[in-house]
Amino acid sequence: MQTPKDISSIDFGLMDPETYRDMSITKVITADTYDDDGFPIDMGLMDPRLGVIDPGLECPTCGQRSGSCPGHFGHIELAAPVIHVGFSKRVRRLLRGTCRECSQLLLTAEERGEFRDRLQRTIELGDDQSDVMKAAIRQARKKDQCPHCGEKQFDIKHEKPTTYYEVQDVLTNEYPELIAAAMQGEAIGDEDPESVSREPKSPDELANETGIDLSRINEILSGTFRPRPEDRKSIESALSADLTEEDMNKLMASDIRDWFEDIPDEDLSVLGIDPDNSRPEWMILTVLPVPPVTARPSITLDNGQRSEDDLTHKLVDIIRINQRFMENREAGAPQLIIEDLWELLQYHVTTFMDNEISGTPPARHRSGRPLKTLSQRLKGKEGRFRGSLSGKRVNFSARTVISPDPTLSLNEVGVPRRVASEMTQTMNVTERNVGEARQYVRNGPNSHPGANYVKRPDGRRLKVTQKNCEELAEKVQAGWEVNRHLVDGDIVIFNRQPSLHRMSIMAHEVVVMPYKTFRLNTTVCPPYNADFDGDEMNMHALQNEEARAEARVLMRVQEQILSPRFGENIIGAIQDHISGTYLLTNENPSFNETQALDLLRATRVDELPEPDHVEGETEYWTGRTLFSELLPDGLNLEFTSSTGDTVVVENGQLMDGTVDEDAVGAFGGEVVDTICKQYSTTRARMFVNEVAALAMRAIMHFGFSIGIDDESIPRNAQAEIEETIDNAYDRVEELIEVYENGDLESLPGRTVHETLEMKIMQALGKVRDTAGDIVGDHFGSDNPAVVMAQSGARGSMLNLTQMAGCVGQQAVRGERINRGYENRTLSHYQEDDLGADAHGFVESSYRNGLSPREFFFHAVSGREGLVDTAVRTSKSGYLQRRLINALSELETQYDGTVRNTKDTIVQFEFGEDGTSPVKVSSDKDHEIDIEGITESVLEAEFEDEGVAFLGEERDATDTRTNLSERMDATMVQGDD
Amino acid sequence: MAVSDDIELVVEDTELPRRLKDKVYSVINEKGVTDIEDADQIARQVEREYVDTRVDPLDPVGTVSAQSIGEPGTQMTMNTFHYAGVAEIDVTQGLPRLIELVDARKTPDTPTMTVHLDEEHAENREKAHEVVWKVEATRILALGDVSTNVADMLVRIDLNEETLRERWPTVESLEIIVTEIADTIEGELGVETYHQETMIEFGPDEPSYRDLLQLVEELRDIVFKGIGDISRVVIRKEDREDGDGQEFVLYTEGAAFKKVLEIEGVDASRTTTNNIHEVYRVLGVEAARERIIEETMDTLEEQGLGDVNIRHLMLVADIMTNRGTIESIGRHGISGNKESVLARAAFEVTVNHLLDAAVHGESDELDGVTENVIVGKPIRLGTGDVTLRMGSTASDE
Repeated sequence: MQTPKDISSIDFGLMDPETYRDMSITKVITADTYDDDGFPIDMGLMDPRLGVIDPGLECPTCGQRSGSCPGHFGHIELAAPVIHVGFSKRVRRLLRGTCRECSQLLLTAEERGEFRDRLQRTIELGDDQSDVMKAAIRQARKKDQCPHCGEKQFDIKHEKPTTYYEVQDVLTNEYPELIAAAMQGEAIGDEDPESVSREPKSPDELANETGIDLSRINEILSGTFRPRPEDRKSIESALSADLTEEDMNKLMASDIRDWFEDIPDEDLSVLGIDPDNSRPEWMILTVLPVPPVTARPSITLDNGQRSEDDLTHKLVDIIRINQRFMENREAGAPQLIIEDLWELLQYHVTTFMDNEISGTPPARHRSGRPLKTLSQRLKGKEGRFRGSLSGKRVNFSARTVISPDPTLSLNEVGVPRRVASEMTQTMNVTERNVGEARQYVRNGPNSHPGANYVKRPDGRRLKVTQKNCEELAEKVQAGWEVNRHLVDGDIVIFNRQPSLHRMSIMAHEVVVMPYKTFRLNTTVCPPYNADFDGDEMNMHALQNEEARAEARVLMRVQEQILSPRFGENIIGAIQDHISGTYLLTNENPSFNETQALDLLRATRVDELPEPDHVEGETEYWTGRTLFSELLPDGLNLEFTSSTGDTVVVENGQLMDGTVDEDAVGAFGGEVVDTICKQYSTTRARMFVNEVAALAMRAIMHFGFSIGIDDESIPRNAQAEIEETIDNAYDRVEELIEVYENGDLESLPGRTVHETLEMKIMQALGKVRDTAGDIVGDHFGSDNPAVVMAQSGARGSMLNLTQMAGCVGQQAVRGERINRGYENRTLSHYQEDDLGADAHGFVESSYRNGLSPREFFFHAVSGREGLVDTAVRTSKSGYLQRRLINALSELETQYDGTVRNTKDTIVQFEFGEDGTSPVKVSSDKDHEIDIEGITESVLEAEFEDEGVAFLGEERDATDTRTNLSERMDATMVQGDD
Repeated sequence: MAVSDDIELVVEDTELPRRLKDKVYSVINEKGVTDIEDADQIARQVEREYVDTRVDPLDPVGTVSAQSIGEPGTQMTMNTFHYAGVAEIDVTQGLPRLIELVDARKTPDTPTMTVHLDEEHAENREKAHEVVWKVEATRILALGDVSTNVADMLVRIDLNEETLRERWPTVESLEIIVTEIADTIEGELGVETYHQETMIEFGPDEPSYRDLLQLVEELRDIVFKGIGDISRVVIRKEDREDGDGQEFVLYTEGAAFKKVLEIEGVDASRTTTNNIHEVYRVLGVEAARERIIEETMDTLEEQGLGDVNIRHLMLVADIMTNRGTIESIGRHGISGNKESVLARAAFEVTVNHLLDAAVHGESDELDGVTENVIVGKPIRLGTGDVTLRMGSTASDE
């Protein structure tokens, strides 16, 4: 059989037993796998014709070797038909919906037409066909009689998983007594004696009425003759008595198969079953395909013992029972034994398909572990579909710990030499690079810029080794391919899990480095959500030019500076960078020439601007002037910083304000965002790199540290805080007293107790706020914690309050801590103590230390946070999976519509106006400035020709973003 | 709009969406631009900036939107907390609410409504309260005390006069109110009642202790006024949306959208509920879509994630309502109704989808993303959807 190269569609259907036999390479009849010499037995489960798994052997069927031989199916002829469990529900439906006699669908022609139309409509709408089938069966089941042949229909009882009964009325065994009693005019069976009025009848009369011989009647009455069904019916009508009892008539799989064989094709199509591909009788197996050995390889253990796959074990069971069944039947064993064996065979085939059927004990391995059979192989996260088919594994990937390196550009990644020598790039050798290629080969696989393999034009791959490298290098010429090591400037893909958004996978340029970790610029931590506490990341080396070009143009870090989530930059200065720029610009300090040059030494700036002021002989530059050196010419901005002052940038000069998180930070730093949108991503990348460099030099210039002393407050402040705490305690006591006296007025919709809790929480909440104010007053703006909080670098004033002032109320589920012992949180308190300290109010600060009880409450509240995070990650992960699955097929088209891959229009224009969320942030300030444009157009009348519009500020470098970063140095000259 | 035909022609000629065209007109009016050249320049400049911000063709916006909603999900809180202090309506928030919306649950965990009032009732507290009593369910326990007299086999209700006056503000006579209550009890429980002033008495037909207790139980469930589903109404004074003074707005615990819209004094055009399905039933699928967007945006905003671009939420709402009804995102909705067998099998309930596909003789055309990943073909999305490419060698011709 030829394996197709390109799959255009996949058809699904049931398989005809004949097809099974045709595709089978051998019938499998022996349950044994190997003979005593360790050779596979012919027509056994390990028959070599089923495929090869041992390396080196040749497949007798296809002649291929292990690895390329796909394996070949065998088959087992089942001694008796068995039901395929997966279809047990459908079998039930078909039994209920079709006639037991003529197998036609129990629907009139009219009804059939109706359901056929409905099915047609459902398919057109793409809804679930099963619903129509269910409705049709429900309708058909209502019929007591077949509309075609008039046969009476019985109810079908389904005993899970694969037993079916017909609930029939049959003559009871007590019929002589019942008839006799009825002839006396008495009540019989369950009848109510009072309500029965039956005329007594003599045997003569009965014989007359029913047309049965009198002698027969007597025989019946004596119990020596069982009346035939027709006779029973006439006797019943003559006596108006019910002589039947319900009986469950078991339908054997063979009966069902015969029944289904007669269902006409037209009837099946009404039910949405495709008669060409899936005849219903094929849902009952007569032949069982035996999967090839490649699908159930056996493992040889260390001690030489073979361990068989779960499927093989199951197949052994099936063959054994099958064999026994046949032997017993041939020997003419009693029906009971045959039925038992049949059931056993059914069980084994059932568990071979699915070993997790409810109500059936799972087949187990000798060790007691349930076997993993066909369904279990497909299902779930590690199953064939999600685990193997959708989750592809790749070559040319590496994973190691990450560590920071501020000297790298944000576009770069430091790759350990060992990784670089393992990952290769294919070099097509031409006349122009043959020298270079030879050098790589000559270096061999072990020294760094070397090569691991070469490929000759005839397709032969040769491994480069230490020994043959010299020799091989000479042979390399145009037309060869050389798999050379990664070198500086190559593009690779870098990723950190969980990959929650597209910025979790970005392309970086390689910088080969010593040691064993991947090195990143710290500014790319936000998009990856990475830190360096042991995080690992993955790297993928790209293997063709198309992929490399796509990565360079679309995936490079600088192309991902703007997040599509909120349309602003997600890459920018973080933490110490922000503290650094804050120190540099907040109070606008001055620097002498040496200092200024030192600050700018890690940037491209190599000439200082005009000094801001001169004192005596020395020239001085201010921090803002130095920062302005990094800004592109022509940048104009005005916004409020997170410190609170107004930042003004005019023509690329920082005139006023503090540069902090709102200016250069990740997540919407105004300056980075604007540069990215108005200039180019390349310019934005350079800006971020340089801000980080300048900020690091600045923070090192000033020195920045935080220690425990930085959170200590003067005694009077401490006293002040204690006083507010005492006041709050008094207030709480007061509230409790009012509550206990029953005088507390409840808030609308709340109970009195809830009201009390709320008021206490309020009062205690206020304590922390006041403590925060007191703490804030006592720390100057030079306090490092304050600097970090104000600039937005890290931490908040709340953190500082908790460190220096008071930790405050601990809460579980938004309420004070109320759990623990009966009516109290801890045995340290009186029962029903409503006081602040008994329910988790922590009056100490972190600096002063918590008392044991406070520490306990703090841990309680902390635990809640941990649980919350654990639950949240799994929930949001599933949410994301569902969202992606539902939306993954949507794409904008050339006509601006959003359609799925079926070409159904979902939106006529994306987001109602067709603008991209990457380029437009959601907040209103970033709308197109129509007024500004209008003004500039109107003003332009008075100026010269050739007006510079906002849009034309875009840098010419924009078109060249796909060049390697190493080229930028030459390319962006004269930018400022 | 007082723009000359020529200017209109120039502006209409651009690719701008309606919203921006209108804005251009208003600015042109404001600034008094009359010159055609100027208008043309303005229009072109705005157009250029707009075109610059447009989505690229073949952009996989679906995946981007899904990520943009899913990623902040990791930052949301799990537990629903209530504001301390003010009497507030408890509403599910955070991640659970987001999941609820995306699941398109038939009823939200905490149904609620925001009822706006019409001119007449919005300004006046008394008038607003009239509406409150028509909305909030009044049960017997709110009206007075219920006691059982076992000796005489009687249930006795002592109504609170003050509450009666409060809840039936339009009825003058106390007698009428009490009669009305007694009639309701007779109608609901099928008993004879006796009432005098603010006292109502009734008992079971036959003296039976069990029946007596049964009656009390049933009595508690009777809704005397208002809508049964609405257990609580909070009234708040808020700034009007148009910034024109203040108005009273009602917030309810429990929702009965259709019934509330019919109540006199309710401004149906501004009243909403957080039950998406109810909006769909009453106002239609377009309104439901709008509501999904608003609700998800509110949920994100409340968690401090209001910076998520609304276009992503629109896409989610659009795909949920694409077939004219509300479909959930997941196994029972969009993912479960996908055409491709492989895509469905790869999502959830793998085996059943395969077996069903076999019986129906389905065929997988391999159009979507998952299917092509499975069979190892390039997916038709983004750069995989481009068929035109430059020839790399001369011999390609």
